Amino acid sequence: MSTVSEPASLSAPRGADAGLTPKQLADKYGLAVSGRRPSLVQYVRQLWARRHFIWAFATARLVAQYTDAKLGQIWQVVTPLLNCAVFYLVFGVILSNKDDFPYYIAWLCIGVFVFQFTQSAVQAGTRAISDNLGLIRALHFPRASLPIAFTVIQLQQLLISMVVLVVVVIANGIEPGRTWLLVAPALVLQSMFNTGVALIMARIGAKTSDISQLIPFAMRAWLYMSGVMYSIQDRIDNWPKWVQVVMTINPASVYMDLVRHAFAPIIYNKHEAHYQKLPAHLWTYGIGWAVVMLVIGFVFFWKAEEEYGRG
Amino acid sequence: MADSATKIDMGKKPAVQDSVPAREPTVIVDDVHIVYRVHGAGSGKGSATSAISRIISRKRASGVREVHAVRGISFTAYKGEAVGLIGSNGSGKSTMLAAIAGLLPTERGGIYTNGQPSLLGVNAALMNELTGERNVVLGCLAMGMSPAEVRSRYEEIVDFSGINDKGDFISLPMRTYSSGMGARLRFSIAAAKTHDVLLIDEALATGDQAFQQRSKARINELRKAAGTVFLVSHDNSSIREVCERTIWIEHGELVMDGPTEEVVSAYERGERPQH
Repeated sequence: MSTVSEPASLSAPRGADAGLTPKQLADKYGLAVSGRRPSLVQYVRQLWARRHFIWAFATARLVAQYTDAKLGQIWQVVTPLLNCAVFYLVFGVILSNKDDFPYYIAWLCIGVFVFQFTQSAVQAGTRAISDNLGLIRALHFPRASLPIAFTVIQLQQLLISMVVLVVVVIANGIEPGRTWLLVAPALVLQSMFNTGVALIMARIGAKTSDISQLIPFAMRAWLYMSGVMYSIQDRIDNWPKWVQVVMTINPASVYMDLVRHAFAPIIYNKHEAHYQKLPAHLWTYGIGWAVVMLVIGFVFFWKAEEEYGRG
Repeated sequence: MADSATKIDMGKKPAVQDSVPAREPTVIVDDVHIVYRVHGAGSGKGSATSAISRIISRKRASGVREVHAVRGISFTAYKGEAVGLIGSNGSGKSTMLAAIAGLLPTERGGIYTNGQPSLLGVNAALMNELTGERNVVLGCLAMGMSPAEVRSRYEEIVDFSGINDKGDFISLPMRTYSSGMGARLRFSIAAAKTHDVLLIDEALATGDQAFQQRSKARINELRKAAGTVFLVSHDNSSIREVCERTIWIEHGELVMDGPTEEVVSAYERGERPQH
């Protein structure tokens, strides 16, 4: 007879399970180590199941973003246009690049808008995890949803700016043509590239909040070296070979040139001194960057899935 | 015979007997140690140049202090249980919950769970700049509901939260909510889904009477749906009402684990059991 005075533990396994160690008990009932990251295939599946969340999150954020500013979403278009104006003054007029390029304003604006797309994806990606810790700790969802949603926000913003860009390009004297259709695939590739970069930056930014201080430096260096407001190809002819290679495969230049060519093939097709011809390998580079960065970024982000929100 | 007699003695609470069939565990905590590493209070964010110098200097100056928050706790929780966690401030209760949710790594020992536990804390803000309405929709989508499911549950969630009792607050940004309103809405969103393991950290304390009654009813429903609920609270009466089992933690160690009435009474008297 068991004695009544001895209280049985509420914790101990009973019946057939009595005597099992916690580890054995966990194995028997298929319990998993808490917070372990899912396999890559499971992760992709979970993420696909959250596609509505990603889209709704992006849309809600986009609308809320400028609620405090009186002019609202107009800033979305005005900011890059002001940038264009400053660049036009400094690089076009003072450094007299505008004389080297036909349609310099269109050429410059396309560059600024396209670079801005990648730049804002990098910046938003860096803060995607660290600015949303509350959400991450409160609800459970694949964390990659956040950097992806922020890239979707940038894409939605880009579509708004594209309307302005079309006006600028036409006002500059370039006629719409069939090549304009190529803008869409170029931007799709750039979006894939941006998503990959945003995922990488999100993981780095989640661990090292200091990185957000260095981003403006890095982005400015990238901006000036990508030939947004002057032709970089004209300047590097005498440089070492490896520098030329790096400059040629620079993804920012690649996507900029693809969009520029699509909007204004006239700039590229004339075989005159300063006119550039779109090299055939640019589309290959564009596709390569898009696929490689997306895969690397996704795997890199997934590797730390269980660690986001800790600390 | 002995079985039924015990059941009558203990009312509706489950009997503890060796002869009863095995129960299905949902959370197994096996000799867990958790150590916080607190980095020295850094200065605020400065210019970009000071950021570089801090990145460099951090490698040399390591002003890291270790806080041993949980020291060797073990317990197993089963399907359909509501387990209360009590103890004084800083005893390690919230740390324990965060670790079960997978938000804190364990230094030693293992935590095994059935599915992904959801932690509901009082500080867990959702999206403050968005309206309550958006928060409900996005929260449900994030938990994996389909848009159609969200539409059909929306009214129920808002009614449950009681946010609209005093006017149309659901269409205001969540940053305008009082802390109690925010906590109510967060609980309502999280409770809309059936969780295998739900961890509640003081989240009910800020709600008003009527809301507390509704949430206790909801916790009971979740338990009946074969879930396990953990409740951290300093309000012993809600522990008594909701949980049939309670774990008392002090200084990161397990003091007592047993039926709520026994453990809470001992806690209130300040009696530590003799080992």
